[in-house]
Amino acid sequence: MTETGLQSEALSLDPPPVAPERDLMNKFDGLIAERQALLDSGVIDPFAIVMEQVKSPTQAVIAGRDTILLGTYNYMGMTFDPDVIAAGKAALDQFGSGTNGSRMLNGTFRDHVEAEAALREFYGTRGAIVFSTGYQANLGIISTLAGKGEYVILDADSHASIYDGCALGNADIVRFRHNSVEDLDKRLGRLPPEPGKLVVLEGVYSMLGDIAPLKEMVAVAKKHGAMVLVDEAHSMGFFGANGRGVYEDQGLEDQVDFVVGTFSKSVGTVGGFCVSNHPKFEAVRFACRPYIFTASLPPSVVATAATSIRKLMGATAKREQLWANARQLHGGLTALGFRLGTQTPDSAIVAVILQDQEQAVAMWQALLEAGLYVNMARPPATPAGTFLLRCSLCAEHTPAQLETVIAMFAKAGRAVGAID
Amino acid sequence: MSDRQQILDTVTAQIEPFNKKKVPVTAATTFQGGLEWDSLTVMDFVAAIEDEFDITITMNMQAEIETVGQLVDAVAKLQG
Repeated sequence: MTETGLQSEALSLDPPPVAPERDLMNKFDGLIAERQALLDSGVIDPFAIVMEQVKSPTQAVIAGRDTILLGTYNYMGMTFDPDVIAAGKAALDQFGSGTNGSRMLNGTFRDHVEAEAALREFYGTRGAIVFSTGYQANLGIISTLAGKGEYVILDADSHASIYDGCALGNADIVRFRHNSVEDLDKRLGRLPPEPGKLVVLEGVYSMLGDIAPLKEMVAVAKKHGAMVLVDEAHSMGFFGANGRGVYEDQGLEDQVDFVVGTFSKSVGTVGGFCVSNHPKFEAVRFACRPYIFTASLPPSVVATAATSIRKLMGATAKREQLWANARQLHGGLTALGFRLGTQTPDSAIVAVILQDQEQAVAMWQALLEAGLYVNMARPPATPAGTFLLRCSLCAEHTPAQLETVIAMFAKAGRAVGAID
Repeated sequence: MSDRQQILDTVTAQIEPFNKKKVPVTAATTFQGGLEWDSLTVMDFVAAIEDEFDITITMNMQAEIETVGQLVDAVAKLQG
């Protein structure tokens, strides 16, 4: 074996040299450094949480410790509903573990149709289309509805899936100040009257848990001849007489053209959808790439969704408990002196606003070590550069559990200096 | 004074309240690198420009605008 031979062998095991200026991964250096600095400070990695066991909609085991879950979007606590689980098991047995295909071709099974029927009943609409996730529902509907030369007008605090739907499509994008009816009016007024326009709103904005003034905004949109899409992901099941969302609560059922929602929050599984009364709505199925070019949901998932949606229609007791829980937590945290995202318990999200990343991480960790999981959120996901601990309530939280939660917040908040 | 110069003067005046670091502003100044604005500042500034000239600068256009000079060109074009 020669020297040269050895060198050659060693070289073949090394990664091929990439000139630093052409290494595509270099753009993440800042991100890597920031994350490393956070981990070096000795905190638990907030983005590496593993639920080792899930005991109920409100309890899990994290790092060997019993933990109360206050950061899921399991608003109506449907994930362990016996009927929902039975429907999923039956579908697994009858239809197998997956569909291996697109909705458009071989991926539509009995329970996809069944889930769409349940949605039409729940929302009282003529049309319903199920997507594989809520993200894809926004991505698909927004990019498909508004084409080249048309406009999408969106709230600045819109969810990433709405922004990405805009980016995927070819329409011109205009954004207005969060929940500002006046700004929406001004921006619509500046656009040429002829092209089609889609105004995209959300019923509940998930970072702070605030509600949109949909009544006024939809009136402004209609005045300017725009169609309206409302994302009701964070309101399904507990806003409005039939639990349809904020738009129903504000009496806008004949005004809103498209409602987008998800199965991954109140419904308790995964998937997304859009419902509409538009007579041509079905055409979306043949034009919408995020609907066509992806595998459809597994049969067990759509079966659990259909059963859960039907149960949500009559879930009055759960709905009342969820609102009572929101009032209890919001009231308790307000009394302790925390700064919250909303003045009143407007939704099932209670966001605690903290000073900076250091305080947010320290408090998040103190809560986790005490046995409470909440979501930490930071810019750019949050509005106005805020650092948040976001709590989302579940109908299955008990008043006693929430008393424990409030006591944990009191202790952790004092420890990090967030409250006196 | 040309229209373009007038627009540049107006844009420069609009930059002033957002220019916390007092960066000297020329047509070649970039918003992200030069003025070091974050996305929220950019949004507020764009809104101010839109109100000032009564125009719409879509997000699609914003993505193409990196320097003060490019913004001035865009405003001139939008004013037609």
